[in-house]
Amino acid sequence: MNQLLKQAISTLIRMVLLLVGVSMVTFLLVISSPIDPIDAYVGAESNVSQEQRDNIAEYWGLNNPPVERYFTWLSNLIKGDMGTSISYQKPVTEILGSRFLASLTLMAVAWLLSGIFGFLLGVMSGAMQGSIFDKCVKALCFVLSSTPTFWIGLLFLMLFSVVLGWFPIGLSVPIGKLSSEVTLLERVHHLILPAFTLSITGISGIALHTRQKIIDVLKMDYVLFAKARGESKWTLIRRHGLRNIAIPAITLQFASISELFGGSVLAENVFSYPGLGSAASAAGLKGDVPLLLGIALCSVLFVFAGNLIANLLYGILNPQIREGGKLG
Amino acid sequence: MSTANILDVRNLSVSFLMYGRGLEQKELNVISDLSVAVKEGEILAVAGSSGSGKSLLANAILGILPSNARVKGEMLYCGKKLDSKQQQRLRGKEIALVPQSVGYLDPLMKVGQQVIGADGCREKQEAVFKKYGLADFVKKLYPFQLSGGMARRVLVSTAVIGDAKLIIADEPTPGLSKEIAQTAMGHFRSLADEGCAVMLITHDLDLALAYADRIAVFYAGTTVEIAAAKDFRAGVDALRHPYTKALWRAMPHNGFQPIEGSQPYAGDLPKGCLFAPRCPQRTEACEEKPSMRPLRGGEVCCSNAT
Repeated sequence: MNQLLKQAISTLIRMVLLLVGVSMVTFLLVISSPIDPIDAYVGAESNVSQEQRDNIAEYWGLNNPPVERYFTWLSNLIKGDMGTSISYQKPVTEILGSRFLASLTLMAVAWLLSGIFGFLLGVMSGAMQGSIFDKCVKALCFVLSSTPTFWIGLLFLMLFSVVLGWFPIGLSVPIGKLSSEVTLLERVHHLILPAFTLSITGISGIALHTRQKIIDVLKMDYVLFAKARGESKWTLIRRHGLRNIAIPAITLQFASISELFGGSVLAENVFSYPGLGSAASAAGLKGDVPLLLGIALCSVLFVFAGNLIANLLYGILNPQIREGGKLG
Repeated sequence: MSTANILDVRNLSVSFLMYGRGLEQKELNVISDLSVAVKEGEILAVAGSSGSGKSLLANAILGILPSNARVKGEMLYCGKKLDSKQQQRLRGKEIALVPQSVGYLDPLMKVGQQVIGADGCREKQEAVFKKYGLADFVKKLYPFQLSGGMARRVLVSTAVIGDAKLIIADEPTPGLSKEIAQTAMGHFRSLADEGCAVMLITHDLDLALAYADRIAVFYAGTTVEIAAAKDFRAGVDALRHPYTKALWRAMPHNGFQPIEGSQPYAGDLPKGCLFAPRCPQRTEACEEKPSMRPLRGGEVCCSNAT
């Protein structure tokens, strides 16, 4: 128990250090970016007087030294106040809340899709190594993994939304409808294309990894012995293959969350999907420091949680770790 | 012959196709012209040094050689042809393999479940565990939690649970303490006494002599002599092949004398007798490939043996 507590504390400390580090780097990057937040806020061609601009700068605290600005933000954060977004004119917590939910749905669907399809494709093509099916899957995976997400998104938009008209070309709800009137079906309809796009690049990585793992497992002595005991190929894969690749596959699946987050920024922009990803690029382009810092912290927590879950699951699933201490 | 041959291997050859430089293909003969038979109720030890193709013989009998292997010759199981269809039907049931170590068990599956296999049942597993003195909790352990002695008994259990008639034990003793090795061999002895045919593949000639009925001496992928275990005890004159004699002399309590040279590489076998280049008694007749012939109650593959 003592051991567990120690581990929990050290994890917590690591997380806090990571949050502080990432927020510092993000802050440094935004304040050294050439974008002037006031220009971005009032618009480049507006006729706001210099005096008014100075007032805004004073009001936002842009004239204070950077270190002071960072610590003001940090002390407010500890009190639970993440500040106000200058581009949306709303509290950052409110924006994060609504946007995070939208992104989470998108990412969860993409994550499940890529996990399930990637795993199935990988197992089947690994089991049939060298067959035509395997060659096709491999070729498809190489093409997909070397294709950028946003480009696939654009192609999908052109094909499914513009030419075929099956799906809307953007946003998460129909345009011009009150949010209280939007049905679940409409939300799902808007979610399909971005989720599919986002999952596509994940599929190839997971399928190729799983394929290689299955091939490795099938070369093991215990598979040869199981074969000598009369197990057929698919029994082998079901009894020994899946069992032995499950642990690395789950680890990989949770570790892929960080890539998923990166991919969602691009996918959300292409589909104008109002999630965290599109908010991040908007905040970056408008020099919106509080919002960008909020998003950065949010994504750090998200990715950190993914990796932590992978680590914990590994210990729970692998008997060699779970029961290693018991018999000595 | 009083008892029937369970397994009869005749002129078995196993080769692999290897790709050399460019498009050059090379055939690697790992087993050539091997003939051996195992009878009901006996332990036949297949003894030879590492790299002589012993394990491949086991895989060839079970039909689990890699796909780039080519098999020639004939195998009979209980008098019937043992083709790949039969192998598939019989392996794990009537023909069982006892592997070398727990490395051949799935590291992530509980031992009990593995002994049961794909089509055994719990009751049988419990009976087999009882027979080998394995406590009930052992079934819930993972292979890495087994002690050396437990591991041996678990591995034997995997063969016994299917009521095997022919048991092929592939190097079942290396790395074990003398006591555990002797107990393991005792298991095989009692299986043979119950009527199984046991093919014991080993390089521990000493241990094999203590428990086996007959010894097939393996050299460079073929049997050079098949002799009763008592011939080894009777002394060097009771043996037939010059290699067997050399082996006998190399044993620690028989003078510990090694012979010159080493076993030829499978891709570079001599034309005639495989042992000729190292043989002290070679003659011109050795340029011709000798074949297995009966001699003084055993068999030998040598033109000059008397």
